[in-house]
Amino acid sequence: MPSRERVEKMNLKGKVALITGGSRGIGRAVSIRLAGEGAFVFVNYARNEEAARETLRLIGEAGGEGQIVRFDVADTKAATEAIAGLIREKGRIDILVNNAGESRDGLLVRMKEQDWDRVIDTNLKGTFNGCRAVSYAMMKQRSGRIINVSSVVAQSGNAGQANYSASKAGIIGLTKSLARELAPRGICVNAVAPGLITTDMTSAMTEEQREKVLEEIPLSRLGTPDDVAGVVLFLASDEAGYITGQVIGVNGGLYM
Amino acid sequence: MSIEEKVIEIIVEQLDVTREECVPEASFIEDLGADSLDLVELIMAMEENFGVEIADEELQKIRTIQDAINFIKKKKGLAS
Repeated sequence: MPSRERVEKMNLKGKVALITGGSRGIGRAVSIRLAGEGAFVFVNYARNEEAARETLRLIGEAGGEGQIVRFDVADTKAATEAIAGLIREKGRIDILVNNAGESRDGLLVRMKEQDWDRVIDTNLKGTFNGCRAVSYAMMKQRSGRIINVSSVVAQSGNAGQANYSASKAGIIGLTKSLARELAPRGICVNAVAPGLITTDMTSAMTEEQREKVLEEIPLSRLGTPDDVAGVVLFLASDEAGYITGQVIGVNGGLYM
Repeated sequence: MSIEEKVIEIIVEQLDVTREECVPEASFIEDLGADSLDLVELIMAMEENFGVEIADEELQKIRTIQDAINFIKKKKGLAS
């Protein structure tokens, strides 16, 4: 049984968090989890307001508090202004989870330039936009946690995902560089690299693809958004104060 | 508050130095012990306080407190 002190240390009371792409999937689970531990959670979404509202409702059910905020992470101006606005509103920002992402799969030989650009813009530039928008405030606070959502395919590669895996590998380089830059101010920057997680993004898989991939996963099941949210919570908590510049795989052993 | 006083106030706060150390010819890095992150933070605080933008090329030329004061005055359209 965990000691009382340990449980307390995961407490995020009084902290302000922003989760990009918080309306669905991993972002939703992270939003609920952090809010459930007491953080005030800004749930960012780009298009699906209904889903974002549902996340907010689930936050309320978990006894937490939050607010939805609409902007496209790939739109530098809009994202920068929106994040500056919410930092002004709360007077601080403690946790940023750069989770917003999209995929446009296809073999590189036939990949359209727009499909390359869009995925890089949302996943990699979107993460840059988020990081840059919170860095100065966190530097002034002398504290903060940034958790970037990468992917197992950043490390392993995946046929049909040249754009997606490149964007997610880019996030790892960004994470390590920023971890070095912000360490003197007590800010920790880490990445999580989920494997196959049951979300809208992976539901497009055929039964056959699913079976085949399960054979590759030592824990022989797909991951859930909550599997990832638990690790993000840990990285956001006081328990993880000596961890920075790391990539934590959450993949059931798919990649070691 | 004059620009000189305001600049020094920002430096004292950001770099955690005393007012006495803030002589005009003091160099941020050699005399006041600032590192690159301190400098960025200092410049951003000045941008915020004076409502000016300081480009990276201009940053290279700001070595001492006097440089910073002159720079802000010039940006504000005041002769030094």
